[in-house]
This record gives sequence, structure tokens and C-alpha cells, in this order.
Amino acid sequence: MTLSTERFGLYNPEKPMENRLTDLGPRHFWEYFPPVIQNNYGKWKYHEILEPGVLVHVAESGDKVFTVRCGGCRFMTVENIREICDIADKHCGGYLRFTTRNNIEFMVDSQDKMEALKKDLMSRKHVSGSYKFPIGGTGAGVTNIVHTQGYIHCHTPATDASSMVKAVMDELFDYFQGMALPAQVRVSMACCLNMCGAVHCSDIALLGYHRKPPIVDSEVLEKVCEIPLVIAACPTAAISPSKTDDGKKTVKIKGERCMFCGNCYTMCMALPLSDKEGDCVTVLAGGKISNRISPPKFSKVVIPALPNNFPRFPEVCESVKKIIEAYAADANKYERVGDWAERIGWEKFFEKCDVPFTEHLLDDYRLQYDTYRTSTQFKFTEAAWDVSRAIGGIE
Amino acid sequence: MFEPNEEQSELKYQELRIYSDEELHNYTEEELKNFKCKHDIPDLDDLEKGPWPSFVADAKREALHRRKLTQDRMMIERDVVEDMLGQVQISFDEGETHWKHGGIVGVFGYGGGVIGRYSDLPEKFPSIAHFHTMRINQPSSKFYNSDYLRTVCDLWEYRGSGMMNMHGSTGDIICLGTFTEQLEPIFYELTHVLQQDLGGSGSNLRTPECCVGRARCEYACIDTQAMCYELTHFYQDELHRPAFPYKFKFKFDGCPNGCVASIARSDMSYIGTWRDDIRIDQAAVQAYIGGEFKPNAGAHSGRDWGKFDIEKEVIGLCPTKCMRMNGGKLEINNKECTRCMHCINTMPRALRPGTETGVSILFGAKAPILDGAQMSVLTIPFMECEHPYDNIKEVVEKIWEWWPEEGKNRERLGELIQRQGLTKLLQVLEVPPMPQMVKEPRSNPYIFWKAEDVPGGWERDINDYRSRHKR
Repeated sequence: MTLSTERFGLYNPEKPMENRLTDLGPRHFWEYFPPVIQNNYGKWKYHEILEPGVLVHVAESGDKVFTVRCGGCRFMTVENIREICDIADKHCGGYLRFTTRNNIEFMVDSQDKMEALKKDLMSRKHVSGSYKFPIGGTGAGVTNIVHTQGYIHCHTPATDASSMVKAVMDELFDYFQGMALPAQVRVSMACCLNMCGAVHCSDIALLGYHRKPPIVDSEVLEKVCEIPLVIAACPTAAISPSKTDDGKKTVKIKGERCMFCGNCYTMCMALPLSDKEGDCVTVLAGGKISNRISPPKFSKVVIPALPNNFPRFPEVCESVKKIIEAYAADANKYERVGDWAERIGWEKFFEKCDVPFTEHLLDDYRLQYDTYRTSTQFKFTEAAWDVSRAIGGIE
Repeated sequence: MFEPNEEQSELKYQELRIYSDEELHNYTEEELKNFKCKHDIPDLDDLEKGPWPSFVADAKREALHRRKLTQDRMMIERDVVEDMLGQVQISFDEGETHWKHGGIVGVFGYGGGVIGRYSDLPEKFPSIAHFHTMRINQPSSKFYNSDYLRTVCDLWEYRGSGMMNMHGSTGDIICLGTFTEQLEPIFYELTHVLQQDLGGSGSNLRTPECCVGRARCEYACIDTQAMCYELTHFYQDELHRPAFPYKFKFKFDGCPNGCVASIARSDMSYIGTWRDDIRIDQAAVQAYIGGEFKPNAGAHSGRDWGKFDIEKEVIGLCPTKCMRMNGGKLEINNKECTRCMHCINTMPRALRPGTETGVSILFGAKAPILDGAQMSVLTIPFMECEHPYDNIKEVVEKIWEWWPEEGKNRERLGELIQRQGLTKLLQVLEVPPMPQMVKEPRSNPYIFWKAEDVPGGWERDINDYRSRHKR
């Protein structure tokens, strides 16, 4: 059998159900394990990070597998994948894997092969100069940013993903290639609240956010949307039924109730939200997934809005860098960003990161009480003196 | 060691390929340097600078590669990549996306796996007028060989845009951009030639995902690959034919480090754990103390953190303070241990998870839409899990009898748990409550007592009451 080249291939549009195969599921994983993995499956004893991006796993049998981890773009073309295959064929018996965070891992079974592989990988650059397969992303550093589709494929984004990730990773490149931070820092990026990238438990999360209520396309709304479903879709009951002057059924939106979640747009294409000036980037920090030392935690909003300054997002890059640098300078070994912020107090986080604490950072959604500090334990920072001054408590 | 559920033929690229070597290497570096996209894309050009791999540089070589193939060697227009870049540039200029809302397309008999997408500038960018995505269900933990990937590449270059994601957020191989006409032919090739199915989308079981597991990790307490494979195959109907209120995700983490983030992003999070004692190699403990082994497997070697101090770095950071050095030996009071992995991560050559392993099951994680983000709630502390995982499947099916029945349209499991209460979840699962399910007991006494909870029930007679109390 071979891949077909006829217009419809093996498929016969006249008889769509003919010889149809369904419910096959994914192929089995075993055949994609290199021999050293097959031979030592479930019998690994320990691992060590030999240098940034290079791991060795040692099996009970004494076998070793050396892994070289490279940053990859989540978006890649078949040309790039073919080059990855060339590398795998040349060095790794044709095998490779991808990580959850879009890194590429090449595995070999000896130190010599590993050195040759590393040299090959670092020598490969795009004609315009960027690395194709930079080695890094292990240990106490910054690994690849997981992200969403953005303008490349998505219909609801409040910003772009691939460009922001490229810009931020260019800035954080040394951290990707190093392991000098107190612990790993996971940066994640999602272009809207739908968060198909689930960024809500990341050390630093970058989130595209709309800030203008939807525009109502009353011309078509009643034809393309189920009005009761649209009304029910709003979590703050900001949408109510309405009629246009010429008698068409439509909806109206109470702008002051809108939290810009975009759930109505998901239900109804006649309510677009995106807007050049309205859309922005929200920065969250201090989340984690791992159960290590402290339980997993959500990221907290630390910068409500930064501009969508395409294509390099200088304000976003600068903010991320500021947070990481303050963290690197102050956190204890093994402390994640959130653990550090909790130890020093969030008031100190804002001071040390030089990020202003604005009214938008006070929770005004449900369960806001959970975030109130109901204690006299606090630290004095300039933000505290500003309050004392404002109320006439001090000169 | 493992057998696939159905017989699987080996994929050999040399037998399956579409393009010749000559066609695959059809441009020079010089031509690539001089390549100009047909649209003006100054902002994207700027993204070629800097050290991090440039997706634009990559897109341009595919654009050039396609330009130099003849149009009869592909079913989608040659300039599809250039049109995509052109549209992204306009999106930058205008600060708004140019993909239309929705689009219901798919393959016969499936309700998921294909995401319909159309450009709202089809006259300007006709080659991406349709730009549908196909999700291919990745093999467990994303190991591949080059035969598999090269075959997918040829198929996708011939019948699609040549642009992909490795991988999407849920774990699928994402093929970005093809026309409606090619969806069925691609699916036919995938199933007949590659013996490979699509993944999930819409209100169904989404493509399950797992960590690297026993393939290359000494911490894996469960066989994440095998479990992921078995449950994915067992629930193919639920994966392809949407019958749920909303999406439902399974993710399998081999240990509490949580490398696939199941606790944050799956409705049903499976996390490997153990119930016996952490295994200790005292000689290796001494080797860490003596500086012979690097702590945390060398993860902190980029900075001089000083000499390793087991008291400060391990014993002092243990969240339950269940460890101590006693007479030169490390002791762990395993009854008090919450298996956070810190000591094991820090001294992997000295400490290993126990050998009586199983899975903790947590329910209800989701991203913020709609009522805020949720993490999964610890519900089943420990469950043995061995192939074919019948006990796990029984749990899944209890959930799937409740949630599709009671869940509202677009209500995730976590939201239903909040709406009907954890107590209801426990009734569904037929398990008693345990303090481990909460961070702390409730601080309000507003208990919704039921009539049957109270002696004598709620039926009372006002005359009887009045016989004792004057009005």
C-alpha cells in the first residue's frame, strides 16, 4: 500500500460509507520506543541532568539513555518535521519524542553519540539566524512556553500567541539554556479566557483579554443565534432580549455588567468582541501544578493589562523579565514563584518586582472575600504608606 | 511486552511516500535567503530575528518548498502558507483576528476531530478560504519514529497546508488548514494506510494524554502509556460521537510531580502514587551529604548554592516534617508522609517511591470558562490499576451516568460538582466521605439537613405543638 495521489484518493464520494474504517484509535506506542527504552521499560533507576538540556537516565540493568532536549515551536511545518526526522535517522535510529511543553527530545544510548548529536543540533540555524533546535529547557530554568493558536488559526483570540512566545523566549533565552534559577519557571500563554492552553496554574501566565463588550450585529442575530441560549450563556446576566427599530429580534448588553469572557460570542457569531484598542495582555503569576512541597495553586493576576504591541510585545517581555529577575535574586533554592511570593508576602512581591498594585487587582467577582486579608500581619511597603498618607494618618 | 488491541502493520515510509528525494530537496539555501513572501509582512519578517526558533523562518521554507513543487503535486494551493502569513500580518495591523466564527464540517459518522475554519478575507487570501484543522490522536506520550512522521508529512503536504502543531494543547498532532473536499480523503488515508484515527473535539471525550511514564522515568507509579492507550481505545465511541454536555478530559500523570498537568486540566485526573514506604538507599544518602551526587539530579547546577545541606534542603522543607537524621541514617515516618515528591526529587539516587503503587483519582479541573478555573478535587485516594483497568472503567461509567444526565449544556463536571455538591458526587460513586476531600471542614453551619437525617423526620403537628405552647 502507498499514499494515494488521486484527487479523492481511496475515498469514493459516490459511496461514502464503502469500506469505511472507524474507531481505530491511536497507533500503539510500543513500536515507537527505541530499543533502549523497550529493554528498560519500567526499570529506570535514576536520572541526572548532565548539563542544561541533556539528561541521562540509568536503568537497573546499567543501560543508559541520553536525552537531548530542544526547544521547538508548537507551530511547525512539514519541512521542519522532516529535518527533525533527518536528525533522528542520523543519530537516534529514527526515534524521537515530543514533550508536553512542545520540546523535542532526541535519545541516544551512548555519550559519544550524545556529543555528536549536540554538535549537530546547535549547528543548525535558519537562514535568518535563529536556532532551529536550541538545547535547554531542563531543571531550574525556563522551559518552552506552552501556548494556543492566536491569529494563526483561532476565531476568538484577544492577542496573538506564536509571535508573543517568540518575542518572550528571545528575551528569556539565557534562562532556557541555563539552570541558575531557584526552581523551574513555567511560562504559559493563552490568547483568550477559553485557555485552550490551560495557563491558570503557571509560574507566569500571559493571557489575552478583551476589554470591550460585544458589538451586537442585530442585522443577522435572530437568524444565526438562539436568543434564549445567548442570554443564558452570560454568567453575569448582562444580556437581555431587545428589538431593533424595524422590529427584528435581537439582544442588548449592559456594558457595566460585562466581564468580557466571550462566552456569548462562542454561542453566537453575531456578538464579536475583539478590538484593536480594547484587547490586551493580562499577566498572572505564582501558579504551579506539581505537588512538591506546597500543593498546586492558581496563578494570580499581577498586571491587569498590557498593550497588544505587535509583533514583539516589548511591555510584556519587560514585565516577564522583571518578575523573573526579582525572583531569581530573592527566592530560596527550590522555591517556586508562588511559594516565594507567599513567603515574602504579596505586598513584597509587588515591591520587589516593581509592579504597581492597582484597583483592578482587587477581586470584584464572586468569592472576593476569600482574597481579603483579615489579619494585622502585613509588611510596610510604599503602597501602605500611600494609604496612610491618603487618610491623613501620617504626613 | 505489549500488544496492540488490533493488529498493526509497520509503516515504511519508502513504500508509502508521495514525494521523491528530489522533490523534497528542491531549493537551495541561496534561494531561501532571497525568498520573498508574495504579501508584504514586515512584522513577521521581524520575528525571524533573535535566537529562539522562528516559526516565520520555518513557514517561509515551507512556502518556498511548495512554490517550487508543481501544482499537480498537491491538492491545496501552493501559496497557502504565504496567504496564512499575509492574513496574520493584517491581524497585527488591525489588532483583530480574521478567522470566521465556527463552521460545521467533519467526516461521516464522527462529531469531532475536525475544526471548521474559514477566512473572512477569502478574496484577498483565497488559498486559506477554508482552513480546517484535523486532530490526529497521538500515540501515548508522543514517541515516534521517522517513518510515521514522514508519512504524515507527505500526506499533509499533499492534501493539506503543510503546516502543523506538534502538538496541540490537549496532545493531538494538529494539522492546520485544508479544504472541505479533502477531509474525507485524508481520513481515508489515515485509517486505511496509517491505521491511525482522529482525536476528539466538541462535546465528547477529548484525546487522552499521559506523561513519559515508565518509558523513561523512575518515578512512574503507574503505567501511564498503557492506561492511556487502553482507555482511549475502550472509549472510542465517546471520543468520536459527542453525547456529553461539554468536553471531558482524561489525563494520566505517573506521579505527584504532574508533568501533564492532569490536576489542572482534566475532568478526571489520574495521578500515580504509592501506599507503602519510600525506599531508602542509605549509602546514596551519604553520597548526597558528602557531595558525591548532585542534589535534584543536577537541576540547580547553574548557580553556586553552596554545599548540599540535607537538614535545610530536604528535612527542613518536608511539608509534614516527617523526616530526620538519626545516627547517620535518614528516617522517614511514612505514616505522616503526603508523598509530595520533594525528597525524592532532591535525592533521586537515594530515595524512590514505594512498590505498592496505584492511582489517586481527582475530578473536575477546568479552565476559567465559565465560572472560574477549577482544580480537580481529591476523591479516590488509592486504587490498584492493572490492565485491563476494569475497576477504573467502572468509576468512569458511574460519572458518565450522572454528568450527561444532570449536567446543563456546556457545564463541565467540575461545575456540576459545585452545583450539586461533593456529597452528590460521593453518592454517584457510592463512596463514603473522608476528610482528605477537603482542605478544612466547613466554617459555616448551614448544613442542608434532609428529613431522613433528623430523628422523627420533618412531619409535625401544629396542634401538638400548641398543646404545649400558647399562641
